[in-house]
Amino acid sequence: MAASDAIDTRQDDWPAHIHRTFIDHGMRQIAYVPDSGHKELITLCRADNRLRAVSLTTEEEGIGLLSGAWLGGQSGALLMQSSGVGNCVNAIASITRACQFPLLMLITMRGEWAEGNPWQVPMGRAVEPVLEALGVQLARVERSEDVADAVSAMASLAFKSTVPAAVILSQRLIGAKSFQD
Amino acid sequence: MTEPLPNRRDVVARLLRDRGRMLVVPGLGGTTWDVAAAGDSELDFYLWGGMGSAAMIGLGLALAQSERPVLVVTGDGEQLMGLGALATIGVEGPANLSVVVIDNEHYGETGMQPTHTGRGVDLAAIAAGAGFAETATITDLAGVDALRPRLHAGEGPLFATVKVDMTPAPMVLPSRDGPWIKQRFRRALLDNDAV
Repeated sequence: MAASDAIDTRQDDWPAHIHRTFIDHGMRQIAYVPDSGHKELITLCRADNRLRAVSLTTEEEGIGLLSGAWLGGQSGALLMQSSGVGNCVNAIASITRACQFPLLMLITMRGEWAEGNPWQVPMGRAVEPVLEALGVQLARVERSEDVADAVSAMASLAFKSTVPAAVILSQRLIGAKSFQD
Repeated sequence: MTEPLPNRRDVVARLLRDRGRMLVVPGLGGTTWDVAAAGDSELDFYLWGGMGSAAMIGLGLALAQSERPVLVVTGDGEQLMGLGALATIGVEGPANLSVVVIDNEHYGETGMQPTHTGRGVDLAAIAAGAGFAETATITDLAGVDALRPRLHAGEGPLFATVKVDMTPAPMVLPSRDGPWIKQRFRRALLDNDAV
């Protein structure tokens, strides 16, 4: 599917491009634990009746949900903040990897570029090594103009090659939290 | 005098009687052996790992296959590890999903240590509080027989906990090949759409 053909040129509106990519790839279930970096994308997914947007109590639930969706013939994505990666570890190993399920994760980063909360830094640093250890394919995005291609490429990789894949949306791309009114 | 609690194998065999189009997700451990003992089906997705995830796998499957009944049949320890899933299922409200806990109040695979369900934690009350449309706690086979048609009624989400005795059941192991179990299920369900 040539998903990128349909992307317009307003590259700063990257959440809209991700949403469009979900539709172009025929995804149906979008699971999420809210993060401010995903706020606009969550709103777009919830407003689109072609997608079932499922709010989770913890990110680990999304691994089970999307595995069940795949068993039933649907694909989808899991949206989370970097700290959520730590909550998914055993499920990725023991379900996704053990059964060779596809998985597409979109991870908004904390704990790096201009981070103001030191409690975010250790898990942020651990995200990529942990995902590497789990055998998850990674694409890290620093610039808004690269988001749509990265999500489309990782969706193709996940669902056509049946592997787990993650797009790491850097804190530089999203912007650091200000901790001000 | 109170009746003795039923045997888990009898309970699961009765739940799966005349299962028709039902899709079944047994949780890690005893319930995977129980479902295998009741008779192997291509439409069983046996779990050998991922403790705490059975109910969520059932939810994703139920949302994708909304015209078929989906049954998650799991243990009390497995469900206790995924209590948040009950809240998520309550919010999503899939009418075709049932979660039945085979509750022996112990961790059967690790040395029969007690779980919280024998110490005052009421899973059916938690499910009711999470918004399940129908909940029950069952302690005899007559209750199981009454439950069985409810799994096919499409008026859920339904949650039931069935208290069972602690008699060890003989090991009946399905295939432990996860990719094969997954792909067999998808081919049986999805036909040529299963890649």
